[in-house]
Amino acid sequence: MTKQTVIQASGLVKKYGDLEAVRGIDLEVHSGEIFGFLGPNGAGKSTTISMLCTLLTPTAGSASVAGINVMQDPAAVRQRIGLVFQDPSLDDQLTGRENLEFHAFIYSVPAAERRQRIDEMLELLQLSDRAASQVRTYSGGMKRRLEIARGMLHQPQILFLDEPTLGLDPQTRKSIWTHLNELRSKKGVTIFMTTHYMDEAEYCDRIAIIDRGRIVALGTPDELKAKVGGDVVTITSSQPDKAAREIEAILGVTPTRDNGELRMEVSDGKKFVPRLVRELTVPVDTVTMRRPSLDDVFLKLTGRAIREEEAGTKDQMRAMASRWMGRRR
Amino acid sequence: MSVETSVTKPLAAAPRTVDTRVASLRAVYIIWYRDILRYWRDRWRLVASLAQPLLFLVVFGSGLSSSLGGGLFGGGRGLSYTQFMFPGIIGMSILFTSIFGAMSIVWDREFGFLKEVLVAPIDRWSVAIGKALGSTTQAMIQGLIILVLAPFVGVKLSFLTVLEIVPLAAVLAFGLSSLGVAIASMMRSLQGFQVVMNFLMMPMFFLSGALFPLANLPGWMTVLTRLNPASYGIDPLRRVVLSDSGLPNALVDRLGLTIGGRLLAIPLEVSIMFAFGLVMLGVAVVSFQRRD
Repeated sequence: MTKQTVIQASGLVKKYGDLEAVRGIDLEVHSGEIFGFLGPNGAGKSTTISMLCTLLTPTAGSASVAGINVMQDPAAVRQRIGLVFQDPSLDDQLTGRENLEFHAFIYSVPAAERRQRIDEMLELLQLSDRAASQVRTYSGGMKRRLEIARGMLHQPQILFLDEPTLGLDPQTRKSIWTHLNELRSKKGVTIFMTTHYMDEAEYCDRIAIIDRGRIVALGTPDELKAKVGGDVVTITSSQPDKAAREIEAILGVTPTRDNGELRMEVSDGKKFVPRLVRELTVPVDTVTMRRPSLDDVFLKLTGRAIREEEAGTKDQMRAMASRWMGRRR
Repeated sequence: MSVETSVTKPLAAAPRTVDTRVASLRAVYIIWYRDILRYWRDRWRLVASLAQPLLFLVVFGSGLSSSLGGGLFGGGRGLSYTQFMFPGIIGMSILFTSIFGAMSIVWDREFGFLKEVLVAPIDRWSVAIGKALGSTTQAMIQGLIILVLAPFVGVKLSFLTVLEIVPLAAVLAFGLSSLGVAIASMMRSLQGFQVVMNFLMMPMFFLSGALFPLANLPGWMTVLTRLNPASYGIDPLRRVVLSDSGLPNALVDRLGLTIGGRLLAIPLEVSIMFAFGLVMLGVAVVSFQRRD
């Protein structure tokens, strides 16, 4: 089976005055895959997804979605894609079902199929029993599920999700993923999503790592991890400086300092760790060895970690806002 | 024999080609329907909306009536201030509901729902028109509800008068709702809301003839009241309501809206109001289409 390309972008650029938010993005997304766009906040993820969804006009470059040029016929593109925005966009005074009915109308779902499709989507995202409740009584996870159901209602070929799990607790995030996988297998929809959660990107078939407006790596999670090569070993020591010097001198590896830990990439961790423990003269308190994660890939490619704080504060604010105001409003 | 089948399978199920104009009309309907649904769901608002007019009529109206001494306009079998004010209060109700209703667009923007509408494969004029119609309907109902209070303020209404009031209320509601949508289409946040409230709605209310006749006013006020679109909607309401109260026509006419000393005909006033609404709606449509 040949892979059909459903999203194709070449040389996409978006400038805001002097600021280049996106500086030349090329990518191809195949039919039926889950494609993840991974990077820290401000890397250009949302800008890129907005251009693909025809919400922003590219400054340069071109893109086609579902075989249609995004600049030539944005309305036709929008009819063929589903959108789940980063920020909530539900009417919380309407019920879940009413929100879906509204969507069915503005997306011209044929009258005869409306009810059946709404029921099916409610069922698929496990919202049937709460469909008659006003959305303001929903939890954060339910709202997200309703938005996904809504995005799928007009049977799009591609579902775009911008940070779909932002501000949700880990358990809810996991259930959103279960649903996305189910949608892909049952409906054959292609999923394009952005995230800054490294662990989530693992669920994707392919990932593009984006940093400062450019794609720095693209491939399956395993391919990307292979770029790091071997294993990641981290140690803690009461004398980190001396330990670092010894490691470099004796073992020929240059460790990097990360939060008081010494971190090194080695080709064969199983053999490296015993040597390390045997040959160092400084006391080693803890040793961990693991397979490289996407965090390590990002660190290697960009020279810095995806700063959790920068994403973290916004997340925390969102979580706090939903705790204090979410159900009230 | 070889059969060459080179069937290029279209991407997934070939989507129906949707006529955007038809889709946009459907969108007008559902945007209107959503507003009505929300309005209906918020019953408390229906009840609460009677409180302010009641306060005006009973407290403000009665107070002023008695301090001015009974028959305010027309000596002996004159007209009480409360009676005079009654159609003005209908207008007030329509004015406030129209503008507030249309301004719900700003709320939708703030809470994200507007995005769902703006990214849909529909023309943006449908948003402006759907919202204007939704707000018109609500304001019309809010205005007509005031009629329930008529017996308590000594205003007699025949069925025919009520029938005449409906289209007048509709046109006033349409004009002001369109104004509201036009303003809302240019507002980015809720912050400007207070400004609109204090510098637009209140002056429009005070200068509309809702509370006092627009005759014998200082020059600057005469100009402002004639520039106020609400004046052209409230005056016909008053003339229709009062002509039913058994007052001499000459008296009713004396309270009417004049320009350069000439009484405006009701059809002209209605036309002005309607035209104003259309222009404002046009502004709103253009403004929505420009937004990225």
